[in-house]
Amino acid sequence: MRILMPILFLLLAPLAGGLLDGMDRKISARMQRRVGPPILQPFYDVQKLFAKQRIVVTNSQTFLMITYMVLIIFTGCMFYSGVDMLMCFFMLSTAGIFLYFSAVVTDSPYSYIGGQRELFQEMCCEPAVLLTALGFYILEGSFQTSDLIKADRSAILALPGFFVAFLFILTIKMRKSPFDESTSHHPHQELVKGVTTELGGSNLALFQITEWYENVLMLSVVALFILNKNPWSILCAVLVVLATYFLEILIDNTSARMKSQKMLQLSWAVTIAAAGVNLVILILVR
Amino acid sequence: MANVKRSPWLLHYDASSCNGCDIEVLASLTPVYDAERFGVVNTADPMQADILLVTGGVNAQSAEVVKQLYDQMARPKVVVAVGVCACTGGVFKDCYNINGGVDTVIPVDVYVPGCAARPESIIDGIVKAVAIFQERSDKHDKYVKEHGESARDTSDPDAAARDGNPADFFNALGKKPQEHTDHKEEK
Ligand code: SF4
Repeated sequence: MRILMPILFLLLAPLAGGLLDGMDRKISARMQRRVGPPILQPFYDVQKLFAKQRIVVTNSQTFLMITYMVLIIFTGCMFYSGVDMLMCFFMLSTAGIFLYFSAVVTDSPYSYIGGQRELFQEMCCEPAVLLTALGFYILEGSFQTSDLIKADRSAILALPGFFVAFLFILTIKMRKSPFDESTSHHPHQELVKGVTTELGGSNLALFQITEWYENVLMLSVVALFILNKNPWSILCAVLVVLATYFLEILIDNTSARMKSQKMLQLSWAVTIAAAGVNLVILILVR
Repeated sequence: MANVKRSPWLLHYDASSCNGCDIEVLASLTPVYDAERFGVVNTADPMQADILLVTGGVNAQSAEVVKQLYDQMARPKVVVAVGVCACTGGVFKDCYNINGGVDTVIPVDVYVPGCAARPESIIDGIVKAVAIFQERSDKHDKYVKEHGESARDTSDPDAAARDGNPADFFNALGKKPQEHTDHKEEK
């Protein structure tokens, strides 16, 4: 299990991530009453990006991008091999730093602002992410994901506040509107393409694939809230993950971008109100 | 050979358009026409674009920009001139500041007529451009196959299109027509 799961993650996560991305674009299009691209569109895009001429602004860019990718994949593999959850989250933040570096080495003002905002987003997410790990620890007495999935009851029953806080920052992590501060998925915005402005060809393809890995990893944390030792909980978890993803698409399509200051205030407020209160109750009840 | 025709990403630049054609370009992405069903993405980033859509004729200020955008795009790339202004200069042809169509600065592959060009014909033009894009990409792939992976940066499938590209405009401006740099200095 310890070997098999990370290998499965390595192979299947980009497939699942790409399909989710394709569904995202299709559902978004349907919400706007358009036909939309085929479900496999993200794979076509990546295939094309690999076929194009490679343009780099500075040579270190490719290295930083690959490091970012490797770190994210490694984090995912760690998570699936059942090790310390806290460690995984630290690795995730480290990976984010490399994305920041790959944006700021280019000297482009757009990608520089994107990089700054990427760090800012990281700052908004971090409290909720760490509190989530803490919540699991208080509840189950372990940070190991392999122990957490063997719980007697689903964690969400005792940690609903943490779940809400995590869902909130999931939108930030997925860089979706209203929190698509660091990259813009839509054209003609002040940022051009944010952190990805100076990425072209295969580098952009790497970024895309890494995003799929990261999305699958974040959704796996959502699943962790549901999983318990009953095998049926797996089905439950899949349904909850799909519902979560749909919710993200809905929010993405119905909201305009928020100011980054506001994002910080809001995300910390939600984290304290939901996860913080839940934490206090958890400690008192125990 | 990579199948690239399912994923054409557009870069739209307004050279001196009256905005009529720009509105129509955007219209072709709206629910009624929905060009995204062909995989079209309207990106604002030249580095990520495959097809350059230019609207409006070229004047003294936009000539340099058009050329720079073209040079910044990764090969293979295709250029589409949208509207009669972009094709020939249109009603503004004889204005003192207009040089003419986009092809006075960069090579144009597809001309979409109309004032303003209809969304249907713009999509038609994009579909034509996509076929050219695939053709060049195949050429690019073949070159890379023959010369190794490092040739991905040097292969120039668009070169033929650039042959005989008029540079009168820069002459008229009293400037030396610049070589198409096309990322060479960055290497
Ligand atoms: S072709 Fe007509 S609509 Fe288009 S830019 Fe020229 S004048 Fe405007």
